[in-house]
Amino acid sequence: MYSFIARRIAIAIPTILLLIVFSFLLMEAAPGSPFATERGVPPEVLANLEKKYGLDRPLIERMGIYVWNVVTQFDFGPSFKFKDRTVNDLIAQGFPVTLTYGIWSFVVAVAVGGTLGVLAAIYHNSWLDYLAVGISIGAQVLPNFVMAPILVLIFTLWLGWLPGGGWRGGQWEYLILPVIALSTSYMASIARITRSSMLEVLNAGFIRTARAKGLPMRRVILRHAMKPALLPVISYLGPAFVGMITGSVLIDVFFSTGGIGQFFVNSALSRDYSVIMGITILIGTLTVTFNLVVDILYAWIDPKIRY
Amino acid sequence: MVAQLGTAEDNVEAAGMEPVRGRSLWSDARQRFFANKAATGGLVVLVLVVLFALFGQTVAQWSNEEIDWSLLGNIPQAGGPSIANGHYFGVDETGRDLYARVVQGSRISLMVGIVGALISVVVGTLWGAVAGYVGGKTDTVMMRIVDLMMSIPYMFVLILLLVVFERSLVMLFIGIGLISWLDMARIVRGQTLSLKNKEFVEAAIATGVRTPTIIFRHIVPNLLGVVIVYATLLVPSMIIFESFISFLGLGVQEPSTSWGALINMGASNLRNETPWMLGFPLAVFVISLFAFFFVGDGLRDALDPKDR
Repeated sequence: MYSFIARRIAIAIPTILLLIVFSFLLMEAAPGSPFATERGVPPEVLANLEKKYGLDRPLIERMGIYVWNVVTQFDFGPSFKFKDRTVNDLIAQGFPVTLTYGIWSFVVAVAVGGTLGVLAAIYHNSWLDYLAVGISIGAQVLPNFVMAPILVLIFTLWLGWLPGGGWRGGQWEYLILPVIALSTSYMASIARITRSSMLEVLNAGFIRTARAKGLPMRRVILRHAMKPALLPVISYLGPAFVGMITGSVLIDVFFSTGGIGQFFVNSALSRDYSVIMGITILIGTLTVTFNLVVDILYAWIDPKIRY
Repeated sequence: MVAQLGTAEDNVEAAGMEPVRGRSLWSDARQRFFANKAATGGLVVLVLVVLFALFGQTVAQWSNEEIDWSLLGNIPQAGGPSIANGHYFGVDETGRDLYARVVQGSRISLMVGIVGALISVVVGTLWGAVAGYVGGKTDTVMMRIVDLMMSIPYMFVLILLLVVFERSLVMLFIGIGLISWLDMARIVRGQTLSLKNKEFVEAAIATGVRTPTIIFRHIVPNLLGVVIVYATLLVPSMIIFESFISFLGLGVQEPSTSWGALINMGASNLRNETPWMLGFPLAVFVISLFAFFFVGDGLRDALDPKDR
């Protein structure tokens, strides 16, 4: 077990380093300068600017400095467009917002999707089952960028119940639409996976044994069926997390939450390299770490997995 | 002595019976597919969507570049869908015919889906088959690369690529090509592992067939069913992928368009009382994706019956 964890960590760390180096080199390869303006900058000024941001040093040295700063101090350097702010400032401002509704979405997707899937399997071929199957098929074609405008159209413009954007420090009514828009398609996938694995488990021999010896249904499901049925769901958590963190970019932009995704897209449009790099690396690190945790969790729960 | 023994066919004919024709794997699959109503319906819709993308422009009365100046300025009142002025789907925010725009967007979106699927078929199949068949260190290294690429949030990296190398359709295809084959490689590797110990491969090895030939002639053809199924299911996910980027305004650029870009245009005009701008692109998008998923599921049931 410990050697498995060690080996997984030994893969995760180079992955993150590679991501840092890759995005650094990519930005180096970019044509055009962040200081380019329509009127052009006098060469002396340009030289000064480059000196200030350390762009006059050789490539390897700059890469070394960048990687070192990121790894040891989580310092992504200054933003090229917001003159007086660093990338860290922007992240510190936007990340809590994204994290707040991101966690809510994740919780909603897992809790609602899992419950729906389990219930659908227990009441197989009932109206509840058909409802769950219907939702999970329908939600396949409702990715976040389809859900978001539809939700705003219905709940903001027609019914006028909820605000169609903004944040206001994360009051609950500003949270609802982003959370629904972000979580729906993952909720549906989780419901589908839970349902099919629960059905499989409920037909297994050990469940028949448990029922034959007279255990009440509730106990059979909670004690015996639940754990093996949830295993496939755990392995889906990694992809779901990646999907949601990607989707959050769109939610941030569409609902103007002021989250990290808004900075990402704005800096992508204005070629603010250090911000894009910083956010990509942050998200990449988060993803790799999360996948690591899920893998270890999975290996810990399922003894069948080979280390 | 008994008269010469005829072939089986002769005997059957002599007995006055219709000869029983052998059923191939593929004709079995076809039967299973067409017995599935949802899949057949999906296929019909899909054909219609493709026809719409290819020939929809011929019934349009406006091109996708013309601006209808007579409507500009009062689009919310007069820009809605109407047969009379030839804008079947209304006009978009700049007064262009939305029908022609949707046709144009459908072409791009379908192309993205198909190119993504093709890349995944070629690269993913080869990668997975080689890794699975050769095994050992090669397998470990090749699959580590896949793991590594899968664990990074590729949407961000793709946007990074698009920012660095100027947004263009070619760059979008390259970006999609970089990630679309990963899942396919994993699936194909798994299948290859179970194939490589089969008798026909053993026979091929015993008769001295070289490894590349075994992979191409014996392994890959047997993977076809699985590959087709996952390629079909990959098309809609690639379309969603591209639409996501275009929705953010980082994908295809004006005057080119795609479903995602059109939905974005409609969504950003939500508050201007122009619901058709969102409705029509959204409807085409949702209907097409449904069709793709139904066809994909139908193919899976038909070609890969053990996986349910």
